[in-house]
Amino acid sequence: MMETLIAFVTALVILAGAGFALVAAIGLNRLPDVYTRMHAASKAGTVGSGLLLLAVGLHAGDLPTFARALAGFFFFVLTAPVSAHLLAMAAHKVGYPLSTQSVRDEMKGRE
Amino acid sequence: MTAADAILSYAVWLAFAVLAAAFLLTVWRVVRGPTLPDRVVALDMLTGIVIGFIALIAIRTGFTLYIDIAISLGLVGFLATVAFARFVLSRGTGGGAPRENPAAALLAAAPVKRRKPAARRTGGTGPAVRRKARK
Repeated sequence: MMETLIAFVTALVILAGAGFALVAAIGLNRLPDVYTRMHAASKAGTVGSGLLLLAVGLHAGDLPTFARALAGFFFFVLTAPVSAHLLAMAAHKVGYPLSTQSVRDEMKGRE
Repeated sequence: MTAADAILSYAVWLAFAVLAAAFLLTVWRVVRGPTLPDRVVALDMLTGIVIGFIALIAIRTGFTLYIDIAISLGLVGFLATVAFARFVLSRGTGGGAPRENPAAALLAAAPVKRRKPAARRTGGTGPAVRRKARK
């Protein structure tokens, strides 16, 4: 019974992770410019791969493996904003335009 | 085959299909993405999806060593994105940032072509030009 419950929770986490990855990919295709696409890729994408890693830890069922999976998840959560910020900073400084639908650009003339 | 195995097997197969769809959509953005930062964002996303694939394979095969591979792939992807950001910064827009709309880009391309010779004429470094620039 306990085994079935753990398998059910693991399956739920797996499906949630894959769903987040799919949502991120759809956002990557639907959003209008680089800066908005970054939202989809770095938030939903990170949660997607992180949840799949957590599912591995849950499935293994021992503490060291779960700790490693958790460490990997934290690593992704730490690095995704850094890389997204660096890339957005570089793109904005170089002068890639915002979408015509965007209402304000607070970084304009600040760098 | 117990109920737990069946649940996990179905979930893993479904997740494989969903991740494959996400992978193809992201590849489409890499191919199409009008600017270089678009492609870099999509490549960063691709490493994330591949990490998901590796995690699914770890669940299917039962080798937990795959977690370490996934973590090191995440590290490589992070470093690649940082390097690409430095590259975007040093390269500039590479001859004007492309427009959002391909039709608008085509329309904008025509006057640029006509303006080119004029720009070359005034772009000289002769004394007359320098005098004009000082004013």
